[in-house]
Amino acid sequence: MSENKTITFIITRQDHPDEPSYEEKFEIPYRENMNVISALMEVRRNPVNAEGKDTTPVYWDMGCLEEVCGACSMVINGTPRQSCTALVDQLEQPIRLEPMKTFPVMRDLAVDRSRMFDSLKKVKAWIPIDGTHDLGPGPKMAESKRQWAYELSKCMTCGVCLEACPNVNDKSDFIGPAALSQVRLFNSHPTGEMNKSERLQTIMDEEGLMGCGNAQNCVQACPKGIPLTTSIAALNRDTAIESFKSFFGSDKQI
Amino acid sequence: MAGTRGYVNRRLHSLLGVIPIGIFLIQHLTVNYFATRGPEAFNAAAHFMESLPYRYVLEIFIIFLPLLFHSIYGVYIAFTAKNNLGNFSYFRNWMFMIQRVTGIITLIFIAWHVWETRIAIGFGWAELNYQLMEGILTEPFFFWFYIIGVISTTFHFSNGLWSFFVSWGITVSPRSQLMMTYASIVIFVAISYVGVRTLIQFAYGI
Repeated sequence: MSENKTITFIITRQDHPDEPSYEEKFEIPYRENMNVISALMEVRRNPVNAEGKDTTPVYWDMGCLEEVCGACSMVINGTPRQSCTALVDQLEQPIRLEPMKTFPVMRDLAVDRSRMFDSLKKVKAWIPIDGTHDLGPGPKMAESKRQWAYELSKCMTCGVCLEACPNVNDKSDFIGPAALSQVRLFNSHPTGEMNKSERLQTIMDEEGLMGCGNAQNCVQACPKGIPLTTSIAALNRDTAIESFKSFFGSDKQI
Repeated sequence: MAGTRGYVNRRLHSLLGVIPIGIFLIQHLTVNYFATRGPEAFNAAAHFMESLPYRYVLEIFIIFLPLLFHSIYGVYIAFTAKNNLGNFSYFRNWMFMIQRVTGIITLIFIAWHVWETRIAIGFGWAELNYQLMEGILTEPFFFWFYIIGVISTTFHFSNGLWSFFVSWGITVSPRSQLMMTYASIVIFVAISYVGVRTLIQFAYGI
């Protein structure tokens, strides 16, 4: 029965970062429980397009195959998401695959997400604990707070929120919701809190927090359900207080 | 530092939209509403506003300078967005897009409105009274131009108030933001009624 059944894919391809993109159609034999990645592997195994012509295998990025690394993100039927958890049976055909064009396209469906990692460096998304001597154990964190912070720590820098954001584009330098939410994560950690001001200062510019226009697509699109817009609003409060303190002056340095 | 300047500009843009521009908008619509009590009541109210002490200072610092900053910086913000309603047709994304569209409509409307009233009066081409507005609004084209302009302005203010509450970290939780959405809808309906009711009075005398 399933011998003749095929799935149709329309894939936006690009041979080189500087070359224009084009669409190519593929007919792939159906197997049960396929995801988009197993379909792409089928194309790689037999790189022949729907017209029966030989073509180059479609290139994409992947890593963990269980939606924790974020590498296989692409736009599937208009929605940016991970291709590993995009099940063929749940998708409308023809299945359209496009790269997340918010990022520089390297080849076919693979994009360069370097800007996200640069943003994490910009906002100091880490807790500095290195010293010349043993600093001892840090302050304790309440279990309830740990559980709450764990939700924020699920971010895998996949880029879906940046793809969904209308303010992240080639006309603006907005760093996007992912890195901002990390500021809230590290600022709420008992040890990370010691560098709270410093971290807030890194996002108090137009490319940072102020780039947000409250379209709130990010929180809808996030595959990990991270409360990104709550993080942004909380940071709006924190930075408002921070700028008040730094302008009018305060002897309280945290 | 350019970065800090961008931060201050955005904060200022958000603040000025509510204080003083939003407050002025409500005051302006309220004073105009006197028209529903007849030409004499409107003329008396308008004359009171016109004869406020140090009026030019009030006009420059409460109306014109904040409006100029808010509108020029707003146009820049509007054109740095890349709307994507096709793939993300969520309520807030619609509001995001409409906020920018109404911003541009409001700018065109206010530019024309200020030219036709305040500037014309300043040059002595017109006189501030009920008949001035009656003359403009009895023309069907301008009546509809004003209807669109006023509703676009009240929408931009109401939805902008919602964004103001988020941008200043007042409404942080999703629940408080939802409550503020309802509040902003009520504000939108209420001040739109005040504005439109006044326009109908000038246009049709009812």
